[in-house]
Amino acid sequence: MQREELLLQIQEIFRDVLDDEEIVLEPATTADDVEGWDSLTHIQLIVAIEKHFKIKFTSKEILSWKNVGELVDCLASKLA
Amino acid sequence: MKSLQQLKRLLKQEHPDYPHIKLALLGDSATQFLATAIRGEGVARGLSVDLFEAEYNQVERQVLDPTSDLHGFRAEFTVVFQSSHKLLEKYSLAPAEARANLAQERLDFVRTLCTSVPGKVIYYNYPEIGDGVFGSYQNKVAGSFVYQVRKLNLGLMELSQEFPNLYVCDLAELQAKLGRDFCFDSSVYVSTEMLLSLDALPYVASRTLDIVCAIRGQFKKCLILDLDNTLWGGVVGDDGWENIQVGHGLGIGKAFSEFQQWVRKLKDRGIILCVCSKNDADKAREPFEKNPEMVLHLDDFAVFMANWDNKVDNIRTIREILNIGFDSMVFLDDNPFERNMVREGIPELCVPELPEDPGDYLEYLYGLNLFETASYSSADKDRTKQYQVEARRASSALSFANEADFLKSLGMVSEVRGFDSFNTPRVAQLSQRSNQFNLRTVRYTEDEVRRLGADPGFACFSFTLADKFGDNGLICVVILEKRDAGTLFINTWLMSCRVLKRGMEAFTLNTLVAFAREHGFRRLIGEYLPTAKNGMVAEHYPRLGFTPLPEAPERLFALEVEDYQPLECYIEKKS
Repeated sequence: MQREELLLQIQEIFRDVLDDEEIVLEPATTADDVEGWDSLTHIQLIVAIEKHFKIKFTSKEILSWKNVGELVDCLASKLA
Repeated sequence: MKSLQQLKRLLKQEHPDYPHIKLALLGDSATQFLATAIRGEGVARGLSVDLFEAEYNQVERQVLDPTSDLHGFRAEFTVVFQSSHKLLEKYSLAPAEARANLAQERLDFVRTLCTSVPGKVIYYNYPEIGDGVFGSYQNKVAGSFVYQVRKLNLGLMELSQEFPNLYVCDLAELQAKLGRDFCFDSSVYVSTEMLLSLDALPYVASRTLDIVCAIRGQFKKCLILDLDNTLWGGVVGDDGWENIQVGHGLGIGKAFSEFQQWVRKLKDRGIILCVCSKNDADKAREPFEKNPEMVLHLDDFAVFMANWDNKVDNIRTIREILNIGFDSMVFLDDNPFERNMVREGIPELCVPELPEDPGDYLEYLYGLNLFETASYSSADKDRTKQYQVEARRASSALSFANEADFLKSLGMVSEVRGFDSFNTPRVAQLSQRSNQFNLRTVRYTEDEVRRLGADPGFACFSFTLADKFGDNGLICVVILEKRDAGTLFINTWLMSCRVLKRGMEAFTLNTLVAFAREHGFRRLIGEYLPTAKNGMVAEHYPRLGFTPLPEAPERLFALEVEDYQPLECYIEKKS
């Protein structure tokens, strides 16, 4: 799956979990850029992404991403 | 089960008219999502949960310090989640010789908790974590972690019998059902300090609210059952009573036998059983009368409706006979079409989506925890008999020309007593169960009943009612508060709806006025506090001749004892 498409699907999950249809994600987007994305909702987002793509992230991975692009890279490597 | 996301969305639908409850949540791990789930589940049940959430890991401090925020909040319900995970950490850090005392130490704290917190305590018990240090040999080692956890859980059950305000929420059972790997998610824990997986949270919140609702008097009282392919395999009208599948011989009969055994246990616990089946009445009865494999018998059922009318009408008739709310009834039927029709016709009714395979019925129903309760007494098992008697009484009333003749013919006798050791549990139970005929809906625990009974500032009355058809047992409770030398305030007046329209209200008031006269009181003040369910008694006091008080004419009413003429009734006082 192309990165762009992964990004779009993740964007859909963000919109659903954070209840905000206007969220637009870019690879450089960080938690500071998105209202409602805090340490608590972060884990909700992760679990929702895990379920959607039927994969599991390790705790280390979850704590390592600095922006959405790194999350997508990590996801892409698991789906490869 | 709703997802955490759905519960979160529900919070936005909270209605300003919902009754509020004050609930404090204390945990030794992060509890923000649990708090969200509990509030969301509250909204799903029509409750606004005013939630106090203590700072992370302050359980002991909040409980032990009388000036803490927790004590200032004065919660009706204090929910305490001390986790197995943190207990294991404590265990692991303790010197080996201290480990065998772990359970006792924690139990000592729970004891303190129960005595220092106002209101009810809902305490989560401890799901097991097998730490693999001893293997199964841990059963022989008092200092093993699993040994301590099991001891602790047993100790909690014992404590909950000792402290009426302690309700154990069975997280251990929940984890046994859902599995530890479902309930605990290591990455959620590592990144947030939360010990419940996001998927487990709604279950835990639901079990918590089950207890809250049961304590508040919202619980299931009646189970209505379909017959063919629900209570037995096959169709009795086609197959005949000999060939239905039940018992260990035929087909999947044992699944139905075990299902019937479960239903019977519910009946023994006080759940009223009814039948609602599309069948010829005599055909439907035959298995109960003739098939020796049947676990349930006709006399286990309070109302037996087998006919070809639609089930919505039949269930409405059952409700009228039993005189309880639809929201306290459960309907089980294997047929999705019937289920949907009933759901549509009676939205308040609980209609579980039974699995297709009857072999799955029980495990599915176990998981729903439909029959949570906040009390249990040995008198509960006689309830079916009382409702059967009520059904007979209802048909006898039809043969009398007027109501007075019918009432006279019943030969009613009531015994009036204060609160004593025998009737205290029943008084407490009636105060928790009565929603409709309940003027102020104040709930009392056994402890509080005992205290009131001994308090010279109060006069307490319990009434039984028996007639030629049978004994209804204790059916009415009145608590009078001595406000001043001349005035009695009716703190509580509640009555079982089974004895409506028998003149019991008149008999009760005659008794109260006689008491007032005897002790020199001049005035009775009654108060009506409306709830969603007690509309039937809105006019209770005016009907009995009380006058509205000008300061609150909808709510407060007075009766001058001197002017009172005893009301006519056909109930004799048992001497």
